[in-house]
Amino acid sequence: MTQDSMQLDDGSRIGVIGGGPAGSLFSIFVLDMAQRMGVNLQVDIYEPRDYSKPGPIGCNMCGGIISESLVQNLAAEGINLPTSVVQRGIDSYMLHMDVGDVQIDTPLQEKRIGAVYRGPGPRDIKEIKWGSFDGYLLDLAVQRGANVIQERVDEILWTNNHPEIKVRKGDPLPYDLATVAIGVNAAARKLFNHLDITYETPKTTKTFIQEFYLGEEKIAEILGSSMHVFLLDIPRLEFAAIIPKGDYVSVCLLGEDIDKELVTNFMETPQVRSCFPINWDFECKSCNCSPRINIAGSKRPYGDRIVFIGDSGVTRLYKDGIGAAYRTAKSAATTSVLHGVSADDFEKHYYPTCRKIENDNSIGKMMFIVTRQIQKRQFARRGVLKMTADEQTDKESIPRMSMVLWDMFTGSAPYKDIFIRTLNPLFWSRLLLNIGTTSFSRNGGSGSQLASE
Amino acid sequence: MALGELGKTYEDGQIIIHQGDEGNCMYVIQEGQVEIILENEDQEIKLGVRGKGEFIGEMAIFDRDVRSATVRSMGRSRILTVDKKNFMRRVHEDPSLAFRLVEVMSHRIRELGEEVTRLQQLLPEAD
Repeated sequence: MTQDSMQLDDGSRIGVIGGGPAGSLFSIFVLDMAQRMGVNLQVDIYEPRDYSKPGPIGCNMCGGIISESLVQNLAAEGINLPTSVVQRGIDSYMLHMDVGDVQIDTPLQEKRIGAVYRGPGPRDIKEIKWGSFDGYLLDLAVQRGANVIQERVDEILWTNNHPEIKVRKGDPLPYDLATVAIGVNAAARKLFNHLDITYETPKTTKTFIQEFYLGEEKIAEILGSSMHVFLLDIPRLEFAAIIPKGDYVSVCLLGEDIDKELVTNFMETPQVRSCFPINWDFECKSCNCSPRINIAGSKRPYGDRIVFIGDSGVTRLYKDGIGAAYRTAKSAATTSVLHGVSADDFEKHYYPTCRKIENDNSIGKMMFIVTRQIQKRQFARRGVLKMTADEQTDKESIPRMSMVLWDMFTGSAPYKDIFIRTLNPLFWSRLLLNIGTTSFSRNGGSGSQLASE
Repeated sequence: MALGELGKTYEDGQIIIHQGDEGNCMYVIQEGQVEIILENEDQEIKLGVRGKGEFIGEMAIFDRDVRSATVRSMGRSRILTVDKKNFMRRVHEDPSLAFRLVEVMSHRIRELGEEVTRLQQLLPEAD
């Protein structure tokens, strides 16, 4: 271990707390970058979970969507997601509203979104056919040379200006850098309270995820390879999706104070019922969880020799959390190897990535306010539906609304890009025309009927 | 097609990239093999074969010229498209994303250098 230098040199030691996507990707990138620079690093990943075990014990709890942009970025990094991990390739989104449904196809008619389980699957899984996404990334980190310590971190100490990580039955191990990738659900956040850093834990909200076993054939028949998203006028519901996976579907709800009443109201809508077999009993559920998600990032996710990445630092609002884990992990890794591990280094080279995500989230908040207004107004929903349906029917037209909805649902593009696209006068004139057409037409549901057919 | 397959499947002989077309993306081979062919009037010159994990059509990311060769599937292959816009946006934020691509291109330049040397060595014999 180096004594005072704030640079990583041959033999420098990095302790990564958390072996989810952020921790594993950081380890992969820091080892890759160090190898390019001819520096030999030792990386220890502390992860108590066993990703080969189904249910909560091997799961980091999230919807499990790998966005279109992340699939491409990982491929460009040399990480090609195998079919043993991706449970379903998604090639389209089906938007459900009370006024009708419309399918939005991927721009290139290609499966570029991956549906995965963070662990090997729900707790009642009978046969493990697919591997865990988190386990796959952790294995890649091990192949690059990282060492996994399958223990829960008990304490973080600070000795001679260096972090020390201690597990319950072990001596504290000293490091040149501690990388924290513990998400927002872990009780481990209290580990940092006594440290002399100004880290503030992110602001969070509760989500709801429920798994249902339908079987591969039923899923193919009813849901296909589409992710189903819902714009329904249900109080406190921000966004809802049904994600088809191998033998299961994941129902994910985002909103304010999600409780049993809200979940029941959602499940009982005809739009949701249409995504399940006839007379489906919603009590036949597998496992469910209410993980918290980061909705306002940490103000200063770094200090001397410590950096917070993924959900424990800054993430994207509501969408593409794994994509944000990738971006922060990569930025922290390149900063550590190319610049150094002081607070100044992270401020100058790592924080801009976090700030960019946070600034984009501010625009995202505004976009979700507009979406909420559309959710509440039937005439607006009809207009959106007709405009999208017309675009999907006429493949020669410029799919202005389809692309806005696609990027809002998939999280593939920054909110700023989506917002700029909505400023186009042609976007608004087409939308207003469609609202007018559907409002004044005697059978104003023509768009929805067209879409549903 | 297996449930978890990402990308698009091409059958044996199906063209993935047409020489002379404008390109605004590159591709990453997820499964199978493809052949790179230079179409010269009526002649086809096979330039090489690429396999799983390799990039094809990457020059379109950096230059604005048309596709320099045709790429054809050898047997069944599965290919993922990487959009130029998405890639360049990420490179702007994280230039190190291009390192791998630069490494691949540098390796290919080295291979071309070796090929030129080999051909030059053949020339005097031909004389």
